[in-house]
Amino acid sequence: MDYVLAALVGVFVSLGIYLLLSRSVIRMLIGMTILGNGVNLLIFTAGRVTREVAPIVPPGLDVPMGPIANPLPQALILTAIVIGFSMFSFLLVLAFRAYKSLDADNTDTMRLAEPENAPQPPLSY
Amino acid sequence: MTELPQAMIDTVTRAADWVLVLPIVLALMGAAALLVVRRSNRLPVLGAVLVILAIIACEISLLLDVLSEGPLSMTMGKWLPPFGISLTADLFGAAFALAAAVVTLVVVLYAEIDREGNEGRDGFHSMVLLLLAGVTGSFLTGDLFNLYVWFEVMLIASFGLIVSGGTPLQLDGAVKYGFLNFLATTLFLLALGLTYGLLGTLNMADIMRVAPEANRAAMTGIAALLLLAFGMKAAAFPLNAWLPASYHTPTAAVSALFAGLLTKVGAYALLRSLVAILPDSRDVLEPVLAVLAIATLVIAPLGAIAETHLRRAVGFFVIGGIGAILAGLSLPNVIGIAGAGIYIFHAILAMTALYMVVGLVEKRTGASDTRQMGGLYAASAPLSILFFVLILAVAGVPPFLGFWPKLLLLEAGVADAELGWVGGAVVVALVINAVLTLIAGTRLWSHVFWRNGPEGQPASGEPMALVAPTPRVRLAFGAVSALVAGVVLIGLWPNPLIEVGQRAAADIVDPGRYVEAVGLAGVEP
Repeated sequence: MDYVLAALVGVFVSLGIYLLLSRSVIRMLIGMTILGNGVNLLIFTAGRVTREVAPIVPPGLDVPMGPIANPLPQALILTAIVIGFSMFSFLLVLAFRAYKSLDADNTDTMRLAEPENAPQPPLSY
Repeated sequence: MTELPQAMIDTVTRAADWVLVLPIVLALMGAAALLVVRRSNRLPVLGAVLVILAIIACEISLLLDVLSEGPLSMTMGKWLPPFGISLTADLFGAAFALAAAVVTLVVVLYAEIDREGNEGRDGFHSMVLLLLAGVTGSFLTGDLFNLYVWFEVMLIASFGLIVSGGTPLQLDGAVKYGFLNFLATTLFLLALGLTYGLLGTLNMADIMRVAPEANRAAMTGIAALLLLAFGMKAAAFPLNAWLPASYHTPTAAVSALFAGLLTKVGAYALLRSLVAILPDSRDVLEPVLAVLAIATLVIAPLGAIAETHLRRAVGFFVIGGIGAILAGLSLPNVIGIAGAGIYIFHAILAMTALYMVVGLVEKRTGASDTRQMGGLYAASAPLSILFFVLILAVAGVPPFLGFWPKLLLLEAGVADAELGWVGGAVVVALVINAVLTLIAGTRLWSHVFWRNGPEGQPASGEPMALVAPTPRVRLAFGAVSALVAGVVLIGLWPNPLIEVGQRAAADIVDPGRYVEAVGLAGVEP
């Protein structure tokens, strides 16, 4: 199972990076999301996938009976998902606003902050 | 029933240890409170100033504690480390957090020049405090995942600041800034997942103990990924393209805050993760670090020479400063690390001040391109002195603050014969960087202040018409002058700073006291 998940992480990350290399802002956004989900899956796999029970201590005992699943990676992923989702929604709104006011959804035509025909630097000291 | 090892803290935290978490709590609560009063005209700025003053008081007390007792640690939620999240302050962390709070105070006062008729409605002061919370948390945390969370707090606050105003120019800059910084934190998270899978812990002190026994190749891979992620945050060459593309788009106050704090947090994370936590992997990556440092040191000032937009040119100075910090990371003796640390401290103060002075220049001339500026010396000699002092400080000319860390770096490169080609090459690059920065800076100065008027105007022409300063501009000028005076004074009496820097670097090289403070010394892994 670990190998399948590891391979899936590899597919997600490579897909994400491939889309990020695109010039279209929306494709880059989708790439970011896929990359982020690949990373979440990686943390999940890093916590070791087992068939154990949930980490709940039965009443009256101090420790759980037998081995339990590791709860920490799930806490990490939960944090990462929330952050990743909020960043995604911010960037989506930003891309939409940029498209409306700059009339550009392509990083090649989005050159307002860095004009393409920038003047030569002055030759005098 | 077997005897269980202790997992919970059952003693009460010492009252004095609360200064470690108070700066972050104050900043977060302050941000929330200022959002409530944002419709008032005076309350947001007054509240922000009071909150930051309280944070500065806490951080001075924290710094004094760390100076007298060594690193200080506090673990959240009553769990013993490494289960609970530790906040751990050593000398570098405490000093940088203090410097960050001081420049934030100056920026809040300075920002008043752009806030006529728009006192607090856009939540500017809340976002500044949120940014400060993220920066302070990054400096004081002792847990890698917690560092990731503070990075994101910082990032979302900076997104808000860079787009507030919503002009097309800002949207353009924000898209580039947003994507690349989000990508950097995602790569950081990737490295975190791999670290957890390999070591089973994310507590910094715990990683220091268990990393030497882990697979070396895998640890080096993680360190390389961290170098990529933090290098992107710090804007080291060749990952620097987002900085000159975005830092000139928001108001000058926001630019100043970003230039002083954000890239320095990335550089500090590099120092912490590569030198302090994974020193074995750093040794493998040393040639890479050295090449990155040299490339950043040489290319950044060339970018500044080729630039006519004033704030974009200054952005290249920020990148050059990152090169000096990387140079310190590639010279891993106590002197080199002290140099890198003191340079971060210097850059927090000087880069913020430089952007603020540039903002004043833009305010007085009404232009942002050096070709449309000129003759400012006749109108405002004090402004030209501030600019000149900061240029010298950034280039590292004695007796200003920037000179001392560069001197330490040169000494570190020359003194250690074991470094081989790295030491010599980094020393040469540092000197080239100083000369090129000086050329770029004085050239800007002579264009903006010295010549009679804008480009193309004959030497006999009338001086350029300047915008008269308003009371708000005077307040901003006073705030910047105080900061520059601080830079000059520390530069004139550098001994305490150098001594503190060397003690901090000694703790980085030998993390025994750090691990002991967290409470993990002698515990079986």
